[in-house]
Parts: sequence; C-alpha cells; structure tokens
Amino acid sequence: MRAVCWHGAEDVRVDTVPDPKILNPRDAILKVTSTAICGSDLHLYDGYIPTMKSGDIMGHEFMGEVVEIGPEVRTLQKGDRVVVPFNISCGNCFFCQRDLWSLCDNSNPNAWMAEKLYGHSPAGLFGYSHLLGGYAGGQAEYVRVPFADVGPIKVPDGLSDEQVLFLSDIFPTGYMAAENCDIQPGEIVAVWGCGPVGQFAIRSAFMLGAERVIAIDRVPERLSLAQAGGAETINYEEFDAGVALKEMTGGRGPDCCIDAVGMEAHGTGPMALYDTVKQAVQLETGRAMVLRQAIVACRKGGKVSVPGVYGGFIDKMPMGSFVNKGLTMRSGQTHVHRYLQPLLERIQQGQIDPSFLITHRLPLEEAPRAYKIFRDKEENCIKVVLKPLAI
Amino acid sequence: MENSISRQIPRETPKDQKAGDLERWASIVGGGAMVLSGLQQRSLRGILMAIAGGGLVYQGTQGNSTVKQVEDAIGLDHAIRVEKTVTINRSAPELYSFWRDLENLPRFMQHLRSVTVLDDRRSHWVANLPLNQTIEWDAVIINDEPNHLIAWASAPNAEIENSGFVRFQPATGNRGTEVKVVMEYQPPGGLLAAAIAKLFGEEPEQQIGDELSRFKQLMEAGEIATVAGQPQGA
Repeated sequence: MRAVCWHGAEDVRVDTVPDPKILNPRDAILKVTSTAICGSDLHLYDGYIPTMKSGDIMGHEFMGEVVEIGPEVRTLQKGDRVVVPFNISCGNCFFCQRDLWSLCDNSNPNAWMAEKLYGHSPAGLFGYSHLLGGYAGGQAEYVRVPFADVGPIKVPDGLSDEQVLFLSDIFPTGYMAAENCDIQPGEIVAVWGCGPVGQFAIRSAFMLGAERVIAIDRVPERLSLAQAGGAETINYEEFDAGVALKEMTGGRGPDCCIDAVGMEAHGTGPMALYDTVKQAVQLETGRAMVLRQAIVACRKGGKVSVPGVYGGFIDKMPMGSFVNKGLTMRSGQTHVHRYLQPLLERIQQGQIDPSFLITHRLPLEEAPRAYKIFRDKEENCIKVVLKPLAI
Repeated sequence: MENSISRQIPRETPKDQKAGDLERWASIVGGGAMVLSGLQQRSLRGILMAIAGGGLVYQGTQGNSTVKQVEDAIGLDHAIRVEKTVTINRSAPELYSFWRDLENLPRFMQHLRSVTVLDDRRSHWVANLPLNQTIEWDAVIINDEPNHLIAWASAPNAEIENSGFVRFQPATGNRGTEVKVVMEYQPPGGLLAAAIAKLFGEEPEQQIGDELSRFKQLMEAGEIATVAGQPQGA
C-alpha cells in the first residue's frame, strides 16, 4: 500500500510499504477513505517530538471502512464505516472505566520510555512517535486499529466523510478545551491560536454558554474564520494581546484562557527571541509564549485550559502569577471516546458542520506538499484532507 | 548512615532478637513497605526461606536450620535485586490463580521459553539466551499463601541462583490489586555472566517493569499491546 512516512525533519515521503495485518485479537483493519493532517503533526514535521524513526507511518486523524476484524471484535463488521479516535484505549483499565481514555494504562508498548520522561505513560497514539507507542498511523491506504471493539464509532447514513472526520481529534479537542474552562453564564473566553483546534474551541465555547469569545492570531484568513464563528479578534502583530485583552474585558481579564497553540508558539519581543534561541539549541523543548501570556492575562481566580501540545520542558513559567492570582489549569490529551457520541449528535442535529474548516482536498500522493503549505500557512491553508484512494 | 550502623551488628545475634527479626521481615514481605530498602546487604533468599513455612523443604535437603541459612546469607554479596509494583484492575484471587499456574508465566515474561510444573512445589524453567542458547534450572515454591503471596527459590546447584516473591494486595478504593515482585539473583562468573546480563536486561528493574506491564495488559485488556509486525517505510 501507499503510506505517508516520516524520514526526518521536513522530510515526509509517500512510500510503498506492506499492508497492515491483524496482530491481536481485538484488532481491525480499515481501508482509509479520508485522513487529515493535524497541527500536532507539524511538531513531528518540524522534528520537535523525540523518538520518531525513519519510515514511521504518520497520521492520527482518519476514518474508513472495516475490511478485516480480529476474533474478539464483536461490535464491528466488515463494511462498517467508522471514525477512529486518535488515542488507543483498552476500555478495561482504571482510566478507561473513568472516561479518562487518553490515560489508558494498557495501550503503550513502550510505556517505559514515557515513564522516564513523564513519570507515567499516557495511552498509545496512532502515528505519534515511539514514546507514545510507535503505532503506524492512518495517512495510508490501510491502517490497523487496536482495541477496535472500543474506539471506532459507526457513521450513520447520510453524513459525509468531511462532516465526521474531525471527530477523530480536533473537534473533541476544541470541545474538551472549552469544557475544561467550566464556562459559567456571562463569562468571556480568550482563545490563543485560530488553527483548527482554536476554531473548534471558539465554537464549542459558545455551545457551552460563553457570553463572548476573543480569538488571538496573526494570520488574516484564520482571524476571519474566527469572526465567522462569532469571535472578536486580536491580531497580535498589530496590538499587544495582553493589553488588548485587558481593555476588551473592562480591566478584569478573560475569565477563561485557552492555549490552542502549544510548544511552537510564535510571538514578538525579547521573550519570543529567548524561546526561539533556547529551543533551537535544545535547552527547552517548548516555546511557551502563549501559555505565559494566558496566565498573566487571565482574570484573578480564572481558568487556563491547555489543549496545545507540549512534549517536554518549558522555561520562565510565571508561577508567581499563577499562584498569586489563584488560577486553575486543566490540560490533557483529549479523551476522544468520551465525546464521539455527543458530538456526532450535535453534527446530526445541524448545530455544527465541521467541514467549514477544510481549505484543501488533496490526493495522498501530495502529502509532502500538503505538509509544507500547512506548516507555512501558504495558499490560505487551514486544514488539509487527504484522499488515499481514488474512490 | 544506616548502612554503617547495620554493618556493626555482631554476627552472633541473641536468639530472641533473631526471632524478632523474622517477625519484622515477615511483616515487611507481607505488608506494604518497600522491601529492598530494608534489605541492605542481607540476602532476600535467606529472609524468604527463614520466614517461609515452606522453608522446611530446604531445611530437609540441606540439613541446615532456617536461622542458620539467614546467618549464612548475611554479609556483602553481589546479588542483583529488583523490586517493582503495579496496580491491576482485577481481584487478588484472579491474579494469584493465573500466576500460580507457573506455566502461564512465559505468556508475559518474554525471556522465558517454558516453565514445566513437576509437582505442587517444584518446576523446571527454560530461558532463552542469545544465539539460540538456553539456560535451565529447577525452582521450588518455598511459600504459598493462596490469593496473597508466592515465594520461590532456585533449587540447590542451579546454574543461576535466584529467588523472589510476588505479592497480591487489594488496593485502596476498589482500584484492583497491587502486585509487587521482588527478585534477587546471583550473577555467575565467567562467560555465562555476560549472557545472563543479557537475559535479565541491562536494566533489570525496567525488565521486571515491562513484564509486570505485560501481565497487567493480559489480565485487564486480554491481550498484550504490540507493534511488532506492522508496516514501516524503508
């Protein structure tokens, strides 16, 4: 089959590789019908996530048709059309049973690596480094899905791939980011980053009762899309976002601050330069401009939610601000399984059509170019969907 | 500091103090404490055999009193010891039963080729070495407390002398069972040493940790997570 393989920083290629096989009784094999490039794939593309190996198959946002099932999979049949959560979860451990799917104890064969870095291992992920399991991803014609009796959700007739594909990650991720803010009536939510997760966080914040949403970015088409979703916007290259937020919130600061940017933040001023240099020489693994600004901007007693990906260590954490303002911070890889059914229902009821985000539809063979234009925000690229097969 | 104090303990300990020691060890092995931190230079094997009712098996064959065995075991040695605990979302009886059928162990201990149960106490172990070689030994269960603890030791004159125990304790708050494994082995000298080092891994604690993870996966998820055999680009 053909698959998008990582070969090093800024080097992804479409290679011919063997087809996946059933390896465990609870596995299924999917024929992939649609797959997307995630913003977090760009951290791999840029070489910031350790323990990638040359030849690793990428991709954790995908859906397709079941073509083979292992002997223990009784919930799926050949021919079923399913969307698959990006995290791999056994369904039986302490964490899965408490709806904390991204913390599954049993899906990372390389748990010892993650334990060394994080203390404990989170769930294995598709196509996201050997630290997180080394599973082959779904930017391919076929993909093996472990614990297929737990993860995949069947797609009801009448919904297109483009309407449901983002249930695999970014829609639940934006939604959980808003949910982690525990939004109360009248509250104002600030969202840093108007990429795909930021866009879903904006719309989810309104669904969960936010009075106003203020979105921060510098890319005009992303700011426009945020406005289309009902947000007020700040272009941080034109205004100091910290000052603007205070002015726009009566001096109080936003009640809730969402960092939908993560470890490769861009910024202006000396702190941005400091981070860029330190990350370049590997003295820190994340450039944390956004997280710092979110903490300092947040109103006293407010809530900071971090859906953005951080892989290791950051510097100059404004802990004094965090402590003295009595803030609460919540984060985590998304517990996708928890959100599949409720968000599918919102799509069915017409509350949201996630396909609004898609700017590029390309054949899988064009993946190398797709990564580049997405990373460099060329051609007004916001979200790329790849089509593995000529269907 | 603690080390230097314990080294000053006289070899001739009064008898009632030895009895007190055994009680203390019995409670450490059977209780919630970190086991190895208390062990210092004493031998786990000696402690296990001394506190085990099953130690009598050895007493018979070796003609030693169990207390004498503990004494023999005191003193510096080069034993490698590991201790690792994992919580498994299953009941202690379920976990104990699976483990007590020793022939199940190769399902999650990757370095084992086979374990053959000879009788209620004795078993024969075959482990893989590099270059398709194997090493074999007999082991004896020296303490068996159903649903709680299994302790074992290699039989006398085994090529690789080892001992250990696995303990199953209910975790707080219905979180399943805390499974603790404590193991000790004496690396033999010579050519075999390098092969044995490979067998137990360069980091024995990581190896026993991986084995416990696989035990947990098998018991909770019904299968062991793997990526071996999946496609990859050239």
